[in-house]
Parts: sequence; C-alpha cells; structure tokens
Amino acid sequence: MNGQFAFLGETFVAALTTIVRPRQFRFGDCALAFQRASFEGLPVSTGIGLLLGIILAFQCAAALKMFAVEVYVSDMLAIAILRELGPLVTAIILAGRSGSAFAAEIGTMKVNEELDALTTMGLTPVRFLVLPRVVAAILAMPILTVFSEIASLAGGAAVLSMMNVPLTVTWDHYVSITTLFMILFGLSKSMLFGLIVGLIGCSAGMRTRSTADGVGVSATAAVVGGIVWIAITDGLLAWMCYVWGL
Amino acid sequence: MAETGDMTEPVIKLEHVDAGYPGATILKDVSFEIVRGEIFILLGGSGCGKSTVMKHMIGLNPVLAGKLTLCGLEWTPKTSAQLYRKIGVMYQSGALFGSMTCLENILLPLEEFTPLKKNERIEKAMALLKDVELSDAAEKMPSEISGGMRKRVAIARAMALDPEVVFLDEPSAGLDPITSSALDDLILKLRADKSMTFVVVTHELPSIFKIADRAAMFDKARQGMIALGAPQVLKDTADDAFVKKFFNRGE
Repeated sequence: MNGQFAFLGETFVAALTTIVRPRQFRFGDCALAFQRASFEGLPVSTGIGLLLGIILAFQCAAALKMFAVEVYVSDMLAIAILRELGPLVTAIILAGRSGSAFAAEIGTMKVNEELDALTTMGLTPVRFLVLPRVVAAILAMPILTVFSEIASLAGGAAVLSMMNVPLTVTWDHYVSITTLFMILFGLSKSMLFGLIVGLIGCSAGMRTRSTADGVGVSATAAVVGGIVWIAITDGLLAWMCYVWGL
Repeated sequence: MAETGDMTEPVIKLEHVDAGYPGATILKDVSFEIVRGEIFILLGGSGCGKSTVMKHMIGLNPVLAGKLTLCGLEWTPKTSAQLYRKIGVMYQSGALFGSMTCLENILLPLEEFTPLKKNERIEKAMALLKDVELSDAAEKMPSEISGGMRKRVAIARAMALDPEVVFLDEPSAGLDPITSSALDDLILKLRADKSMTFVVVTHELPSIFKIADRAAMFDKARQGMIALGAPQVLKDTADDAFVKKFFNRGE
C-alpha cells in the first residue's frame, strides 16, 4: 500500500513538473499510447455500445409495454446511457484493452531491466512511461465514450423503430430529455475513469515481479483493479449526485 | 593481465558496507576501493551478491550499513541526479528500449541531458556506434540484432554521456567464446581510448584474466569478500581453498 501511495505521489509530482516544464513531456509516446487506446479501441467500444443500446431497449420495452408507453424507452435510454452506462461500460473496455496493455508493456520493460536503465540514466520511469500513458487514457476516454453512446442510442432507436416508434419521435425524446449537464457530467466522469485506468494499469506494471508469471499477474491486476475502482468511483459519484440532487 | 590504468585516485570507495536488501543481508563488512582508469571485476559464484554490490554502486539500492562513495559523493536523493551523470550501465540483458532503434536508444540520453543540436546528437551517436563496430545496425530494432550486438549497443548507450565509470553486468553471459572475446577486446579498446573506469560483474575466467586489473571475490557461505587483488596474483598465491578452486577450475 505504501508503494502505491509513493507511486501516486511520484506521478503527481511528475505531472506538476511537466506543467511547469512542458518540454519534458514525451508527446510522441503519449500520441502513440493515445492512438492505441482510442482509435484502435473504437471498433470494440462502439460495437459493445451498440449492443448495449439494443439490449437495454428490449429490456426497458418489455417493462414499459405493460403500460403501453414504449415511447418512453428512449428517455430511459438517454438518461442511463449518457449519465451512467456509456462512461462505465467504455471504462471497463478501456481497463480490459489499455489498462492491461499498459501493465504488460511496463511490466515487460521492468523484467528486461529497462526501468533500471532509465533510472540509472537519470530519467524517472514515471515521467518517461507513466505520464504519457495516463494522459493518453484520460484523452481517449471521452472519444471512446462519445462513439459508444452514439452507437447505444442508435441501437435503442433501431429497436424502438421495430416496435413501431418512429425514429423522429425517438429523436425528439432523446433531445428533450438530454441536458448539457448530463453530457458534460458523463464526459467528465469518463475522463476520471481514464485517469483511474491509466494509473492502475501503470502502477501494476511498475510492481511487476521478475517471475515467469509476473507480467501476466500484473495485467490481471490492472484489469481487475481498474474495474473495481471504476465501480467504486461510479458508486460514490451516483451517491453524491443523489445527495446533491444533480 | 591487462595493462593497469592510472591507479591513484579512488573513484569508488566501499567502507564496511553491508550489501543486500532490507531484511536480507547478503554480504557483510565489505571494504575496497576502485581507482580511476581501472578495470575492476566483481566475481564469485551464483547468488554470492556481486550484482547486488553493483546495484549499490549504481544507486539502485541503498547499502544496508557502512559507506559507499562514488566520485567522493554518497548516494542520497540530493546527489543521485549528479551521480547518475557520472555513470553508464550495461545491464545483463542489454536493456535496450524495444520500441526504439539502436540509434534512438543512444540518442535518448543525448536528447535528455545535452544541449547538442539534432545533427550533432546524431553525429555523436553514430560515432559511438562506430566505436562498438555497429554502424550498420543504427536503424535496426533491438529485436533484429543478436545478443552480442545488443550488448555492444548497450555499451555505446552507456558511454553516450562520457561517464566516469562504466558498469557492465555479466557482459559475457549467453555469448559464444569468440563473441565474448571480441567484447573483451572492445572493453580494453574503450578503456585505452577514453580512459574510463570499468566495473565488470562476471565469473568468466578467460575474460577475467584478459581484461581485469584487479578483482574482488565474494563468497555466499561466508557472506563476505574473500579475496582482493590482481587475478593472476590471486590464482598463484591465494591460500583460500574456494579462491584456489575458482581460479584453477578446468585445469
């Protein structure tokens, strides 16, 4: 636990130092990590988002059909997707794809003594390896989330149109129920989740042991730790929103 | 034995050092000095603590007790940045960054720590690659070259900032005798050309006799340094049974 606090502290200091001296930031490494986390992850997160919208629409419609108000499925979908499920599901996908990749990359470098090599060159592994990946994860999450949410809402609209709810009606409901706060809250949450995935993935990589299963254990820890902390954070945010009436 | 360097000024000094990790002392009360220009070997059987001593010397782990100075300074958070500029390290695996070409690996410390312009940095990196006879490998990835070549690139990277001391962790490990001998020649050539101090961790006898000025030998069972001196002298005059056995193996 002390090691994790030290890691967080070191990352925080490195981030502050980089803000003061931006030239120290490894923009190239960040761009590469961003490309892998965002563009290469788009098909998966968008596909899952589409399926999520379809499944949710069917489940909600089954319940609302009893009251003949299937048209309100679109309202439920918009609120659930934009506030909650879009960022949450995308973050879980990011933890599985990029969190594990961060842990495996850094873990392999540790096993190969590359982290020691950086240290003895006078370069801090946190500035060199962690910061670019964490920033990439923070920046990638909103992009992945937006595409996933659009796909979810499109999937929901497709299901509703099969139930004879016109697309224009669904669109009107989406627009009327959606607020700017809802969108910004969802995107802010997605960036927070990106931070969590990046930090936990890199932290797991930095703690990799030089054993046969060391990298595998770190990748697993990154995914499991990422999902658990995303769920905890999301629960806390939901509770805070309820208490503050947001 | 190799020609001895300018043996006057101590570059590294260990005084009553306990080596190991918190809760696991491997060596106790180790004291010796390494002087400027020397090729000094840390040797002993597997697990005897020679790599651990090197990790203390390069500031990766603090000593458990005693005092270790490098260029007159102890490793502390305040001095580490200054001391890292005085050393270059070649790790056992080479530890080249797999996502960079050989040239980029050498350029990295130059980009981070020198005011050189881009073309000057490339010129210097290419000169270092030429020193290790690998000019052709500049644009190759580490995965595309052999183990021996990776080690030579790693030596070039270790020397990029003209360090005072170069540490080599088992340079011969995993190499065939001919490649290993060529690497020894390279170390001798670099010492002659650049007057650097080399600290080498190895237990390869041919390398030890070929390049070493002096050696310190450690023993796991006795948890300490059991011999210090020129390898040939140790071989010829040592009374200790373990030292005799080590130097006379295969005869």
